[in-house]
Amino acid sequence: MRAILKMVAWRVAFAIPLLTAVTIGMFALAQASPFDPVRQYLGERALVTSPEVVESIRQNWGLDRPVLEQYATWFGNLAGGDLGESRSFHRPVSEIIGERLGWTLLATGSALVLMFVGSLVVGTLAAWRRGSWLDRVITGGAFANEAAPVFWLGLLAIWVFAVQLDWLPAGGLTDAASTTINPADVAAHMVLPVAVLAISQSSWLVLYVRESVIGVLREDFVIGARARGLRERTVIVRHALRSALLPFLTLLGARMPELVTGAILVETIFSWPGVAAASVQAALAVDFPLLAALTLLGTAAVLAGNLLADIAYTVADPRVRTLGVG
Amino acid sequence: MTTLLQKSATLCAVLALAGAACSAPQGPADRTDDTFVLGLSSEFDNLNPVLGFSPDGGSLIFDGLMSRTPDLTIKPALAAEPPTVSKDGTTVTFTLKEGLKFHDGKPLTSQDVEYTYEALLDPANNSTIRSDYSAIKEVAAPDARTVVFSLRHPYAPLVQRTTLGIVPKGTLEKTRPVGSGPYRFVSWTPGDKIVLEANKEYWGGAPAISRLVLAFAPDDNVRATRVRAGEFDATVLPPKAAAGLRGRQDVTVYDVPSADYRAIMFPMTQPVTGDRAVRKAFGLALDRQAMADTILAGAGTPAYGPISPDTAWHNPEVTGGTDPAAARKLLDEAGWVMGEDDIREKDGRKAGFTLMYPAGDSLRKELALAAASDAKKIGLRVEPIGLDWDAIEARLGKDAAVMGFGSPYDPDYVNYELFHSGFKGQGFFNPGLYDNPEVDRLLERGRASGERAEREQAYAGFQKIIRDDEVYSYLVFLKHVYVIRGEYEGIVPGVDGHEHATGGLFAGIPTWKPVA
Repeated sequence: MRAILKMVAWRVAFAIPLLTAVTIGMFALAQASPFDPVRQYLGERALVTSPEVVESIRQNWGLDRPVLEQYATWFGNLAGGDLGESRSFHRPVSEIIGERLGWTLLATGSALVLMFVGSLVVGTLAAWRRGSWLDRVITGGAFANEAAPVFWLGLLAIWVFAVQLDWLPAGGLTDAASTTINPADVAAHMVLPVAVLAISQSSWLVLYVRESVIGVLREDFVIGARARGLRERTVIVRHALRSALLPFLTLLGARMPELVTGAILVETIFSWPGVAAASVQAALAVDFPLLAALTLLGTAAVLAGNLLADIAYTVADPRVRTLGVG
Repeated sequence: MTTLLQKSATLCAVLALAGAACSAPQGPADRTDDTFVLGLSSEFDNLNPVLGFSPDGGSLIFDGLMSRTPDLTIKPALAAEPPTVSKDGTTVTFTLKEGLKFHDGKPLTSQDVEYTYEALLDPANNSTIRSDYSAIKEVAAPDARTVVFSLRHPYAPLVQRTTLGIVPKGTLEKTRPVGSGPYRFVSWTPGDKIVLEANKEYWGGAPAISRLVLAFAPDDNVRATRVRAGEFDATVLPPKAAAGLRGRQDVTVYDVPSADYRAIMFPMTQPVTGDRAVRKAFGLALDRQAMADTILAGAGTPAYGPISPDTAWHNPEVTGGTDPAAARKLLDEAGWVMGEDDIREKDGRKAGFTLMYPAGDSLRKELALAAASDAKKIGLRVEPIGLDWDAIEARLGKDAAVMGFGSPYDPDYVNYELFHSGFKGQGFFNPGLYDNPEVDRLLERGRASGERAEREQAYAGFQKIIRDDEVYSYLVFLKHVYVIRGEYEGIVPGVDGHEHATGGLFAGIPTWKPVA
């Protein structure tokens, strides 16, 4: 237990300078951007707004001050818990994240679970029936899937299941006419985005599980177990899969960056009202306050994902000593 | 580890159940017949008139002092009668109706009106529409039912501007609006939809459609598909996307005329575009009817000036046509002689200019390409170039650009800023540096005069000079295409403006009645 606490403390200590560096990088990029945030704020009205009004908005936002001063102000507010006001949504950033984060967590969380379970099952199946047509379909499919961009997979899913077959809704959180958020309705709208997100991210996991289960199946203790006449299911699940699980957890943690970028594309394609979709809008609108908060959130998610995977690893196998822990 | 696997198995079962639930047929369970679903192409930034939400009276949630009928007549809304204007035109006094109430039951008084306008004018609130109201010096509420506007200068269009929605005093609420209009706000799911319900106690009578859903779907084809599928009861579409819905029994397509034009702005101080002969010849070479027929799929009409022929302010003398022969003659007379490469020259300078358009706007791109191809036939070389707005703004004084403006409400709107020499070189206002004292004088007279006849005369003269000088080459007025499922009484198309936020045809929803 102490080892885990120590690891968490080390990681958090490491995360603070990293997150600061990320904000500096982001600020520099926003400054270098050729787009004018005031014009994005005004939208179509930019063409019929007097330059005097544009200038006063610029001043109210502090855009006329030196870059370092802008950064210091922003960072000071952040430290005080004030995330600022989103320019593209015209509302406080904390409010936007508050009402959208839940939907993102619901979708990515479900996708993560589906990814976890699905790749274990599919990878084990392929290893167990190694060399069969099933194995060839699974491995071939995994390689093809790895090469397919997420947005393409998403559009394909919409075309097949929403347009051609009309089984599932093409996007949104609920049915357009429904005026309440009904769990069954939301579940129906979740199927495609969650499945696309999970499937798009699981190729490496499937291939990894397959490889390690195959490896384990060759080991003496498995051969011994089989020789003792244990049932095939027991051999696969209790022995082979169990030894393959540990490194799998770390691999799952390492997939977090891809999951975050995948979520951005999937939310945009399926008009899922989460934070990831908001970050696309924030980027297009040069909405720095929102973009900064969301980038920090994304970075934190990646760090937390890796940390959780390592904790799980340490809990599962006390012999393991991860980086930075004596 | 066994427990981990067991947990996964449980989760798997849960997901499987969810999957089963999803594959069950989804009936429109919680949808009642009186819910009307409107598919909109873009979400609102906010729902506060002070911050720029629907100032032209299409908001449904809010009332202004005045409102507009589809034929563009301005009539009292919260005001009991039209305002009284002082002799010098700088004081405008409104009296409110009696017994007005906001949706939360609180009375609506002149203090709320005063607050609304003062908050709008406060630079600290970053309102996007503040410059439209710059004529207002002060707003006062001497008693609960009287509002007095003091103006910096006589400003006839002020009454048109008072369609701005009134908010309760002290609220800069952006997402849960309380208004006094025919519909009250129920909920907003950001990125998805807004739900409204009829205000049964509305002073103008309760709307027949009792529940209204504004669903956001940016993709044109998605909206068209969802109308077909019966998910949306109405939407607005580009002409080409609407084509597939024409002729269907259950859907009516409305082509609504608009004052929304696309035109080519010329920089007046550049050697080629500064030559009036070149501009006139270019204007004569354009085949506007072909642009309307093909690029707009018929949903448009040729344009020759900034004021729509569908409005009362249009000067019927402002017309034109396609005449390449006359264009060539004009260029010959002005000394632009045909060069070897089929491009005219004068004093060693090629007759050509660059035409900018916003790169993401396919309509403007197609118009620019069509204009370039028409110009080539008379020996003018026009090079279209797609840029983003920031890059366009930086080059406005040097290169021509495809612009879009147009308001049906008052000829002073936008035109004053676009053509008055006082706005030369100010951002998108008069970037071509047009400077004509006579036009300045007419615009000032039109703005200041309280006499309709005098205003009409001023704007008629203004339109004629703009046409003669070919300050812009006007291309087309667009038609906005609306599709509506089912039959309703009381749908009256008017004339739309450039900005969709006005509500267009949908501003009339409170008076629509389903045909039984």
